[in-house]
Amino acid sequence: MEAVKKEPVLFEGYVIMPYKYSVGSLASKFFIKIRDSKVLSGAKCPKCHMVNFPPRSVCPKCFSKVEELVELSGKGKLETFTIVHYESSVQAVKPPYAIGVIKLEGADTAITHFIGGVDYKDIKPGMKLEPVFKAKRNANILDIEYFQPA
Amino acid sequence: MSNRVAIVGIGQTTHSGRRPYVNDGELIYDAVTKALADADLSINDMESVMLGNMDLFEGHSLNDAMLNLYSGAAGKPGFKMNTGGTVGSMMAIQGWYHIASGLYDLCLVIGWEKHDEGPATPAISTITDPAVDRPFLVGAIGGLATVSVAYMQRSGCKLEHAAMVRANASQAAARNPNAHMREIYSVEDVMKARMVMYPLNLLMCCPTSLGACALVLASESKAKKISKKPVWMKDHVTVHVEYGGAQFGIGEKRWTSHMEAGAKLFKRNNITKPMKETQVFEMYDPFAFAIPMWLEDFLICEPSEGWKLIEKGALKLEGEYPVSPSGGVLCTNSIGDSALLRVAEAALQIRGDAGEHQVTREVKQALASGFGGSFWSDLLLLSKTMD
Repeated sequence: MEAVKKEPVLFEGYVIMPYKYSVGSLASKFFIKIRDSKVLSGAKCPKCHMVNFPPRSVCPKCFSKVEELVELSGKGKLETFTIVHYESSVQAVKPPYAIGVIKLEGADTAITHFIGGVDYKDIKPGMKLEPVFKAKRNANILDIEYFQPA
Repeated sequence: MSNRVAIVGIGQTTHSGRRPYVNDGELIYDAVTKALADADLSINDMESVMLGNMDLFEGHSLNDAMLNLYSGAAGKPGFKMNTGGTVGSMMAIQGWYHIASGLYDLCLVIGWEKHDEGPATPAISTITDPAVDRPFLVGAIGGLATVSVAYMQRSGCKLEHAAMVRANASQAAARNPNAHMREIYSVEDVMKARMVMYPLNLLMCCPTSLGACALVLASESKAKKISKKPVWMKDHVTVHVEYGGAQFGIGEKRWTSHMEAGAKLFKRNNITKPMKETQVFEMYDPFAFAIPMWLEDFLICEPSEGWKLIEKGALKLEGEYPVSPSGGVLCTNSIGDSALLRVAEAALQIRGDAGEHQVTREVKQALASGFGGSFWSDLLLLSKTMD
């Protein structure tokens, strides 16, 4: 064992895992509306009328199929937040940055997104927010650059 | 004494190579709602929901974390499972455990894969020992090609027999509206296909498919109340081994998980003539040599007799012992549901609901198998009657 402790053999490898993800029938329309019109929309259940934002094509409350998108103003309220200080290869932006849980007017569920355009010490739960869109949009959630105080 | 368990609802999506307009959840929801409609039940009736799928095949693991609201699992007990190619049959077996134990009366089990969206071969390669096997047996095909050559060596089976298997499968899949590859191929067409890994050419390998399958399982008391055509899960055997050349069942002291599974299942159920006492076999057949080789391994026919049954046409849909009348894994391989489809298709044969690919024999008992992981086996015996 002493000899092995001096020279343990380690096999070093790597795995390359490219993937695609179909966002789905309803979410495709949602992202295209953001890209083309800077409009946020929710999915309205035909049975229980719950509005999901971001949209889901199956109602999480009553398991009905949801096919209708309703336009939202985009304005919302900050439910809670945190400030990110550590660095990781999977982050979309460089820290430090703020993320918040935001509930939009007309939606029954909240989304997590970046909070920007504000000094971190001024971020307060309950504050009113609005989306800031990127100039170049690619039909994904980062087409919204961040939410800023409204 | 365990409770008896019946399949009372069967649902599957159509299968294809690409479907970019639906997401994973929508695919699952399609199969789940079809199974619930078939059982005439709602998601609220399900006491437990379990999901089977291959980790990393879509580039994400623990994918029930983003699918439980689509599958109907949210708020209920259950889990996500991955046992490789056997995951689908293992879902049926897990559902059986949960009901046979007396814990629940109704369970929903689901298998799915969206094979076109992720890196199946890199993902599957991670199951092997990095220091020993990984550089050589790349993906699923490495082991399957080597056992095919070994089978040809010991049995006298020729490439042409594998081509006959694939041609038969294409005839069957053409009659199954839910199958992925429904093109009809002749033996000559199959022989001309591009070689992938000797002796397996492209048509002798299963495709990469996407789709989902769901079953509603019920306890005896529940099944008798709610179902006109329950299919009883009479028995099942699971046998695991470890990956690696020695375990492939090559050499003089040949032993495979399929041999163990067949011996156990038939002994326990007093089956001495499997081709008579069961009338159809939905086999997990991911490569063309699987059908002749594994009929022998499951002890359904004598050694070196499997390919002779193919020559005789005995395994066709209208033959003496139909094998994979749905077209099998050779024509549809959305891995997470492949082995659950075997159970679903065997159950449809017993119900007489297989439509255009219903076999001509009357089916009282059917076999379904799963295969995968490290050459693992599931073998299930389904029956029209309880005893």
